[in-house]
Amino acid sequence: MTPSPPSRGRGQGEGGRSTPVFQLLGIPPQALFGQLLIGLINGSFYALLSLGLSVIFGLLNIINFAHGAQYMMGAFVAYFLLQYAGLGYWWALLLTPFLMAALGMVLERTTLKRLYHLDHLYGLLLTFGFALIIQGVFRHEFGSSGLPYPIPPQLTGGQNLGFMFLPNYRAWVIVFSLIVCLGTWYVIERTKLGAYLRAATENPALVRAFGINVPRMITLTYGFGVGLAALAGVLAAPIYQVNPLMGADLIIVVFAVVVIGGMGSIMGSIITGFALGVIEGLTKVFYPEASSTVIFVIMAIVLLIRPTGLFGRAQ
Amino acid sequence: MSAVGAEVEGATGGAAPAMALRHQAAAFVVMVAVLAVLPFFVYPVFLMKALCFALFACAFNLLIGYVGLLSFGHAAFLGSAGYVTAHAAKVWGWTPELAILAGTATAAALGVAIGALAIRSRGIYFANITLALAQMIYFFCLQAKFTGGEDGIQSVPRGMMFGFLDLRQTTTMYFVVLAIFLGGFLLVYRAIHSPFGQVIKAIRENEARAISLGYRPEHYKLIAFTLSATLSGLAGGTKAIVFQLASLTDVHWTMSGEVVLMTLLGGLGTVFGPVAGAFLLSTIEHYLAQLGAWVTIVQGVIFVICVLAFRRGVVGELARLIRKPL
Repeated sequence: MTPSPPSRGRGQGEGGRSTPVFQLLGIPPQALFGQLLIGLINGSFYALLSLGLSVIFGLLNIINFAHGAQYMMGAFVAYFLLQYAGLGYWWALLLTPFLMAALGMVLERTTLKRLYHLDHLYGLLLTFGFALIIQGVFRHEFGSSGLPYPIPPQLTGGQNLGFMFLPNYRAWVIVFSLIVCLGTWYVIERTKLGAYLRAATENPALVRAFGINVPRMITLTYGFGVGLAALAGVLAAPIYQVNPLMGADLIIVVFAVVVIGGMGSIMGSIITGFALGVIEGLTKVFYPEASSTVIFVIMAIVLLIRPTGLFGRAQ
Repeated sequence: MSAVGAEVEGATGGAAPAMALRHQAAAFVVMVAVLAVLPFFVYPVFLMKALCFALFACAFNLLIGYVGLLSFGHAAFLGSAGYVTAHAAKVWGWTPELAILAGTATAAALGVAIGALAIRSRGIYFANITLALAQMIYFFCLQAKFTGGEDGIQSVPRGMMFGFLDLRQTTTMYFVVLAIFLGGFLLVYRAIHSPFGQVIKAIRENEARAISLGYRPEHYKLIAFTLSATLSGLAGGTKAIVFQLASLTDVHWTMSGEVVLMTLLGGLGTVFGPVAGAFLLSTIEHYLAQLGAWVTIVQGVIFVICVLAFRRGVVGELARLIRKPL
């Protein structure tokens, strides 16, 4: 399926016969741009997930530990829709966020709501419990190996950009998540609904006194955050396969992303999400040993310099 | 909004200090007696595991129960101490007491470093930051040469402690572990009931007021964090000698979650709660071990039940029942 680009990078570079047209610091361009692309893809997921976490955190003041599990469930819902209802990728992309948002709202109404008068850490512990249950159930049912999910036919193949090969589906994921992120930012920062939301974040009691139904807003916000996680799950299904543990370790990286960006900052989550994905990708090229820790190292440095994160306000 | 550990104390705070001391002393004697007799009836290796976890949970409880800080990265201290102990005992051929000491010292140093970064924040930020830093330690252990990657460090020799205690004998090993546990337990107890303990509780209840009284919360938090990390390391080092193994399980974030669960189940901010929680959870896991993913599900369910309906934990509820702090 890969229409071979003019120079195949690593293999020829080692043979020493290739013309060093594009060589940057001894790194063949295919490897560099390939990792950059993977970085952007990962960055899309970091951005979508940290955005959901940020929105939830802003209003509910809890860190949704079940976010990774809900992302995984999103991918599984897409898989179920295909297997049992015959509904393909586009339907899954449309329906899954709403299904998962509904589930999230039920969860918020029945359980999380009872904890708002307590220390916010109890919310964290409760969602951690949910994450364990969800991951346990799916692992029990489907094992730890991944289930394949096909790329939609409209997005198979790819573009030869001359310096690299760009699969269409990956380009779609990057563009689409960017649109979703910026759309969310627009709604929260520039519309009346978003103004209510921000006001409720500042001072819920006062906003309630103005006659706005804050508890309902909280429920909808939690649903929206869960929906975003599920959307990311659907987007991820064709790339990473559908796996019960796909969200378990990812979510911890996303937590670090949220800390770096500054918790509760919408634009901060989006920018740091994409930027850290790219940085992680570049680390894989230049110093692979550090690629899994680079985000945590950056987090430690950011905390030393700006304890509230790059875009965060004082706690 | 009440601080995490405060709920239990509020329910039982009425008793006079001297009375409280007598009840806790009685409970302590009962605990020691039970633990001294138990190995003759129950599989000692299981008990040693539970004791290591109990010490781990007591160390963790010092932080959540009395400073009100929820660390989600305590596995880093348990696991890294385990690796250093195992490496010192196996590769360098150190005696077990020196190996455990080396592991504990490593955890203490890590505690100072991670603590200094993390205590600048509070609440959820603190949980997040400790989790992420611990994950960094996890990846380090996964990649570093001396940890043996996925295999871990296996067949660590137990050796002779102080030159005369043969740890290869299970009974001797058991009583050494019991002594280490009791030492750690009493140290935590002493710390909580000292003037230092009063200050950290004051910081938990009202940090601004503690500052206005002239205390520096960062200093107290860092000391408490380091003490907690050190004792977690002691638990991890001992565990490595008992099982003759140091592995990735002990550094993974699931272990950090498990110690939260033990403490929560037993009772946050109670003296005996973490011990009860560790024994309860170890027992549950022991019986569910063959069922694979069910362990995770049951852990999750216990979490949800504890948070929604059972926030005082087993010992906390018991203390409320007899109206005495335990």
